[in-house]
Amino acid sequence: MARRLSSVGELEALRQELLQNRSRASKPVIAICHGTGCQAYGCRKVADAFRAEISRLGVEGMVEIRATGCHGFCERGPVAVIQPGDIFYQRIAPRDVGEILDKVFSGGVVERLLYRDPVTGEAVTKYHDIPFYKRQLRLIFGGNGEIDPTSIEDYIAIGGYTALSRALFRMSPDEIVEEIKRSGLRGRGGGGFLTGIKWESCRKAPGEIKYVIVNADEGDPGAYMDRSLLEGNPHSVLEGLIIGAYAIGAHEGYIYVRHEYPLAVRNAGIAIEQARELGLLGNNILGSGFDFDVRITKGGGAFVCGESTALMASLEGRIGEPRAKYVHTVEKGLWDRPTNLNNVDTWANVPLIINKGADWYRTIGTENSKGTKIFSLVGKVNNTGLVEVPMGITLREIIFDIGGGIKGGKKFKAVQTGGPSGGCLPESLLDLPVDFDELTKVGSMMGSGGMIVMDETTCMVDVAKYFLTFLEEESCGKCVPCREGIKRMKQILADITEGRGQDGDLELLERISDTLVDSSLCALGGTAPNPVLTTIRYFREEYEAHIKYKRCPAGVCKALIHYYIVDEKCPGCGLCVKACPQGAITFMGKKKPVVLDESKCIKCGACYDVCKLGAIGVR
Amino acid sequence: MSEKVVSIVGKYNNDRAQLVAILQDIQEEYNYLPKEALVRVSQLLGIPLSQVYNVATFFKAFSLKPRGKHLINVCLGTACHVRGAVRVLEKLERSLDIKSGETTPDFVFTLETVNCMGACALGPVIKVDGEYFGQMNVEKVDHVLMQFRSS
Repeated sequence: MARRLSSVGELEALRQELLQNRSRASKPVIAICHGTGCQAYGCRKVADAFRAEISRLGVEGMVEIRATGCHGFCERGPVAVIQPGDIFYQRIAPRDVGEILDKVFSGGVVERLLYRDPVTGEAVTKYHDIPFYKRQLRLIFGGNGEIDPTSIEDYIAIGGYTALSRALFRMSPDEIVEEIKRSGLRGRGGGGFLTGIKWESCRKAPGEIKYVIVNADEGDPGAYMDRSLLEGNPHSVLEGLIIGAYAIGAHEGYIYVRHEYPLAVRNAGIAIEQARELGLLGNNILGSGFDFDVRITKGGGAFVCGESTALMASLEGRIGEPRAKYVHTVEKGLWDRPTNLNNVDTWANVPLIINKGADWYRTIGTENSKGTKIFSLVGKVNNTGLVEVPMGITLREIIFDIGGGIKGGKKFKAVQTGGPSGGCLPESLLDLPVDFDELTKVGSMMGSGGMIVMDETTCMVDVAKYFLTFLEEESCGKCVPCREGIKRMKQILADITEGRGQDGDLELLERISDTLVDSSLCALGGTAPNPVLTTIRYFREEYEAHIKYKRCPAGVCKALIHYYIVDEKCPGCGLCVKACPQGAITFMGKKKPVVLDESKCIKCGACYDVCKLGAIGVR
Repeated sequence: MSEKVVSIVGKYNNDRAQLVAILQDIQEEYNYLPKEALVRVSQLLGIPLSQVYNVATFFKAFSLKPRGKHLINVCLGTACHVRGAVRVLEKLERSLDIKSGETTPDFVFTLETVNCMGACALGPVIKVDGEYFGQMNVEKVDHVLMQFRSS
């Protein structure tokens, strides 16, 4: 279409035209999730099968196949929603498409593809009746399932860029800043700093040239909501960014995105091109006289670049080392000019606040944490996926009501929030309301929104070691406390997990932690001890089992465990015999338990992985 | 090689600030960062080779060694870790007889780890040449390798 819009009236006319065409066509829509998870499950083959079947039946134009962004329920992929009717199908295979199309045209549903409640076994037809979706409040993430992220028309049809029109023509930059301030929006990247205050400081900072940046360098392992948002609804991020740029007085922006996220890079790039064509980016946006443009930069794969000063150094073509922030980036950031950086999720909240108002926004959430938060609920939980919930919901509601509890009927042990800077929280804290301040109080943090569920087979000492291994590798090495402190802490944890733990180790860990917190240059070092301190605080007995009794109660730490054959469960099928790389397991004949020679065992866990009968035990 | 490097650097208007992007493009072209290319980049941008080397070794995405035909990435994100990603990595190391970060002598496979692919629902997950393989375990590793060995 590519016609440049030069006024709000033209944008509205385009929207009306799109809506009319759509209602005139009024054809059913099959919205197939094309998020990274579903793509890995083969959703593209499903979409191709639909297209082939549609052309075979000669019904082109009577049904729309829409490749949407991530629907969030990654556990059940590939998933699709049929409109009208809100019918939710899961685990769709190419062979199912004929039957689905038949029902789309004749009415009714394909029973066997519906979600079934794991407890009652009852089939659920409509997607918002599924417990996973029912308890969510999908203000930011909801658009993902409705639109094709590569179509700006889809975004405009659901009301996209109305907030931008309002901001440009009915609000002054000061009013926008005031509205964001009043909304109580806090940075979703982890820090939780008030967005409006940050904008105000940047707006007031002296300097002709200012920059705005989208931080999409989502580095926390186990977190992928920024990825899905940028992949699934890039225009919502872009719209927020343009509004922010206008409020702050910036004319250039950057989207800094991880190179590991090729689809996000692609979709954000397409969104920028489309916005430019329509005159929503570039000179004189919508005839307002405001100029703004955006560039995408791919990160180089360094976790520390999620830190604002490191990210900016990397944007300047230097290595991503942070600097001390006695002068804030809102005053001296990129190229030493005032720079406002916010996370993907934060920017996507902006259009919502401008459209619906700060007063409305303030009704959602808790006293000091307003709005919703998208979490990536992963690990040992039944319903893995992305969930958007109002701040203040409890961990229990997220993990058990939405997440459907622990995989395989095992027992909940801990939930890790806040990525490598966060902490592990035990069962006794499940009723904690989730918001910025509550999580900090118990030694963890909100972080960017990773929520990794752990069960009884997860060793908390191993988890602490895991995070320090990660941070040791990702520490940029500029400041000594972080570079040396993390290394030393990891050595101590390695000793503990390998049976060389001694009395006094925990106290030493705590002392080094204090040093890191007090003297690291940036938040990477300053928060690095959190996983260690929280696991010591809440799971001390597990550390003591490792140190005093040289035992790993969860059966994870290699040096402290032994595999054995549970004779009464072993049918002698021989799968483990084939899997064992050492020839340590001997086949004794059919229906006879196999025999494991411990002297040959390297504890690789191959037998444990292949045995589906629980006949390989760990102690 | 020189011409290609010149054209890549030229694409970015010989802008020093684009060093990371330039190196990414060079790596895309050659699969790694050849020494001669780095020397050329430093000349073209007018910056010391040490600075190019500094950036090339700081970011995890860059490799200074030639890599194999197929690139295997093992996700070691937290979600994958608690679901047994280390066992999958160790199995790959045994099957390929190389350590993480190395390339097989026949240059067929390079084995690398990543901190998180953001495909946590599929964990443990590995990626071979951009294709995802989810819910991995020790048993599935050889099947996946087989698919790429012959191709």
